[in-house]
Amino acid sequence: MNSTNYILGFILAMTAIVAVLLTGLREVTKAGAERNEAIFNKRAILMSVENYLGDKQVKQLSDAEVENIFQNQVEQVVLNMDGEEVESMMAEDVDMAKERKKPEAERVLPLYIFSDTDTKEKFYILSVRGNGLWDEIWGNIALKSDLETIAGAAFDHTGETPGLGAEIKDNASFRKQFEGKKIYDAEGNYTAVVVRKNGARNDRYEVDAISGATVTCDGVTEMLQRGIKYYQPYLEELDAESDVQGFLVQ
Amino acid sequence: MAETNVKEATTKEPLFQFGKKERKLLTDPLNDNNPITVQVLGICSALAVTSLVYPSVVMSIAVIFVTGFSSLFTSLLRNYIPKQVRMIVQLVIIASLVTVVELTLKYLNYPVYKQLSVYIGLIITNCIVMGRLEAFSMANKPWRSFLDGIGNGLGYGAILIAVGVVRELFGKGSLFAGSPIEMKIIGPTAEYFINTETSTLFGWYENNNLMVLPAAAMFIIGIMIWIQRSYNQKLVDIS
Repeated sequence: MNSTNYILGFILAMTAIVAVLLTGLREVTKAGAERNEAIFNKRAILMSVENYLGDKQVKQLSDAEVENIFQNQVEQVVLNMDGEEVESMMAEDVDMAKERKKPEAERVLPLYIFSDTDTKEKFYILSVRGNGLWDEIWGNIALKSDLETIAGAAFDHTGETPGLGAEIKDNASFRKQFEGKKIYDAEGNYTAVVVRKNGARNDRYEVDAISGATVTCDGVTEMLQRGIKYYQPYLEELDAESDVQGFLVQ
Repeated sequence: MAETNVKEATTKEPLFQFGKKERKLLTDPLNDNNPITVQVLGICSALAVTSLVYPSVVMSIAVIFVTGFSSLFTSLLRNYIPKQVRMIVQLVIIASLVTVVELTLKYLNYPVYKQLSVYIGLIITNCIVMGRLEAFSMANKPWRSFLDGIGNGLGYGAILIAVGVVRELFGKGSLFAGSPIEMKIIGPTAEYFINTETSTLFGWYENNNLMVLPAAAMFIIGIMIWIQRSYNQKLVDIS
């Protein structure tokens, strides 16, 4: 048997050594890990406008190309819940997971405005976040410049079941369904996009759900309806502005 | 169970010898004493991370690293570790190594780190690691403990990758998806290896979605245990 002092000394010495070594390693890798995370998030945002990136898919882009697109083609805006721009903030600094914990009125929203190099068309990329079956799900929805047609969507999740709920990310045909859908019905009422079990009934704003993943798909519907609505004050103002501009041009 | 609790030799041995005993330490966990199919340890992560081959490979490397070096460090310290707190000391060693893996992976390959998510952290609770420390490293010399750790990591990794290959091949039709050497093997379109430009013999093919579900891993591991026991009779009825 060892004396208490020996045990205490041993434990203290060991934890001290381990703590110093691990802190050191963390400091060395921190910058690189943060850069990786930023690139990872930027790729997720570009996924929603993948069809407009030229002939490359997002996963084929190098890290430098991703940075380059963000430098030259993406404008970052942060909005408050009234649709006003918040100065001195970059959209990439907004942590959606943290925003979700705040009361609704105090949240800020990241908005990425992507411009196509050839057509100069602008795409408004909205970030949404909600709950799946096991944990959080989130996505980026790109709206065309008419502010009602979806150009593309991409989703991700923390811990949905592989093969079922995780298909929202893994199965490209799920997210491809969103392309061309409208977020308003024919009468102009806000609908967002509904993920419908047993198949879409309305071509305009419904997509097919994934069999066996009802809760995740309902989560996607709820997330889109609530999440896109947050951007409505800004989108409406933008729409009014473009109407005025269109009028002046005429 | 065939524990290899060898009594420490009193005669002076060379530090890094590699004889029959040492070879057995490496190869035993691959078959006769496999951590997954014989000892049935580490099942949780084996079910969870094996839907694709690439994460399985990364996970295997991580576990081999942790089992190998935690065995080495525990064995080096074995005469100094106070017996009353030995489990806590082992846990600190394992946890530090897992943190090293986590930080390194975050630095080197962030997408895979995201994909493995909590399972890297959960190596700490993987019974294989602590089981080997308690059963072997606390009573054996560093070199042999290191080999025993590496061997058990390899035994775990071999099963993980085998399950990953079956699941990804039949569940997604590809191999190593997400890595630079992604291969598309079976599928309905011409971009898959099994179809040439002119023939689409497998145009009818649909992926088996069951393989992507964690339950499939349990069936596959079950079948592996069955096959292993049918040719290796000495494993039958030892439990």
